[in-house]
Amino acid sequence: MRKPPPPPSPMAQPKSFIWTRRIFLTLLTVFTLAPVYVMLSSSLKPLQDVQGSFRWIPSGFTFRPYIDIWHTVPLAKYFVNSVIVSVSATVASVAVAIFAAYAVSRYRFKGRKFFTVTVLSTQMFPGILFLLPLFLIFVNIGNATGIALYGSRGGLILTYLTFSLPFSIWMLVGYFDSIPRDLDEAAMVDGCGPLGALFRVVVPAAVPGIVAVSVYAFMTAWGEVLFASVMTNDTTRTLAVGLQGYATQTDVYWNQVMAASLVVSVPVVAGFLLLQRYLVVGLTAGAVK
Amino acid sequence: MIARLRRIGLPYLLLLPALLLELLIHLIPMIVGIVMSFKQLTQFFIRDWGAAPWAGLDNYRVAVDFDAPVGQALLHSFWVTLCFTVLAVGLSWLLGTAAAILMQDAFRGRGFLRAIFLVPYALPVYAAVITWSFMFQRDTGLINHVIHDQLHLTSERSFWLIGDNSFTALVTVSVWRSWPFAFLCLMAGLQNIPRELYEAASMDGAGVWQQIRRITLPSLRPVNQVLVLVLFLWTFNDFNTPYVLFGRSAPEAADLISIHIYQSSFVTWNFGSGSAMSVLLLLFLLVVTAIYLLVTSRRRDAADA
Repeated sequence: MRKPPPPPSPMAQPKSFIWTRRIFLTLLTVFTLAPVYVMLSSSLKPLQDVQGSFRWIPSGFTFRPYIDIWHTVPLAKYFVNSVIVSVSATVASVAVAIFAAYAVSRYRFKGRKFFTVTVLSTQMFPGILFLLPLFLIFVNIGNATGIALYGSRGGLILTYLTFSLPFSIWMLVGYFDSIPRDLDEAAMVDGCGPLGALFRVVVPAAVPGIVAVSVYAFMTAWGEVLFASVMTNDTTRTLAVGLQGYATQTDVYWNQVMAASLVVSVPVVAGFLLLQRYLVVGLTAGAVK
Repeated sequence: MIARLRRIGLPYLLLLPALLLELLIHLIPMIVGIVMSFKQLTQFFIRDWGAAPWAGLDNYRVAVDFDAPVGQALLHSFWVTLCFTVLAVGLSWLLGTAAAILMQDAFRGRGFLRAIFLVPYALPVYAAVITWSFMFQRDTGLINHVIHDQLHLTSERSFWLIGDNSFTALVTVSVWRSWPFAFLCLMAGLQNIPRELYEAASMDGAGVWQQIRRITLPSLRPVNQVLVLVLFLWTFNDFNTPYVLFGRSAPEAADLISIHIYQSSFVTWNFGSGSAMSVLLLLFLLVVTAIYLLVTSRRRDAADA
């Protein structure tokens, strides 16, 4: 972990700077936190509070929305689907990325540069471009072989794991490069094969990087909407699509929508804030390099 | 011999899973998409798309015929997306830069504030955007409550999610979601500026504002080169924000290109023309990226020389 450097400008700051900072950061905090406040306060409001004009302070607090959300739509089912899909996609993506990053970091082979550039450039292509063909390919694979990818969790897992793959490989290559090669060479002298060196030396030394990549992969899968809206059916629907179920009812129970939004956000936000130290370094390493 | 083969083959073996997945999910679909764009692929051929008749350039001709309704709508959507992207990226970058620079020096509560600023980035898109759509509701939302009920700025409650205001709403939500990423990248970039530069400048009598203008901003140029491009591509391709904010039918003023293609594909089930539009979008992005990299790299070289 890199330590934050000492404050860069040793000069005393003029009043104008300090006041600009105070005012700007206060406004920015209000902008940033307004939705969070709305989410939190509305999720504790009784229904009549969210059906009339907006109230900053609830007329009374109730936990009813948190109980009702599980009945209005099958939220538990969506939650389970999201957990299965996101966890599987994360585990698979990180495993695949570790192997690929090890190859890119430790070997000089033909096509190395081509591989990294191709994989990274897929990142910038519009999702809509893959969506239609992938939909067709999944449907046709299903017709031809009976392997149901369309509408199944498997298809979604496969799709999501490739979404986080390019960035994960990129981040891990950076981490692996920073681990001295002498370490894995020493392990190989001691009789480890290349894979032994990877798992006994490189992986343990790169734990922060792997944690960062895992959080990133999980967030990607947990938050994806476009493919989830097309590739899932009633039994495999994830939260990304399922949450909109509250809004399509004739009456929108906004207090329940907010409670459900909060419930699905807590796991990722908590994970992100706990691990932000690792993530900040990892996510930005590429842009800074 | 076998040992040598294994040594040469090993890196490829390690890459194999990643390669196969990229092929299956990205490269093959992309090629299929390009092929599809030359086919007359309507709902009758979804189950057996190989049987669809060839269309030649018809799908493209229809898409860029700006006198006919389809082309007109696409062109409109393109302009909306372009305006939206320029505004949203510009504002996100501005907020991110200002916040990063103002938080460069340690002060009380800096770490806490940083964590708060990362929340929009960490929240799942749909949860955050649903909350915004609640805030933008005409009768029950926070925005109208503040603007109309409390500040009396409008004579009556305005609609935010339909009509022309929807563009403003979309930009607001998009900036809210993407400025923290700019902030993150720029914070990391600031850490790489050598402290001596500031010391030397302050010895020469440069004030804080001058240091920001003369040292901080120029030093951030390499970070900005990548950051602005990434933000541009993400924002231009954004599907999630408008889809969750407006539902399946985006208002005309906020008809972003991804939503537009999605609708014209899945509502009419005309995948051929949808693919043609996607390919055009990809070509546009490739050209913009190439020009951008060319121009910014040249300017960087000129600045270094």
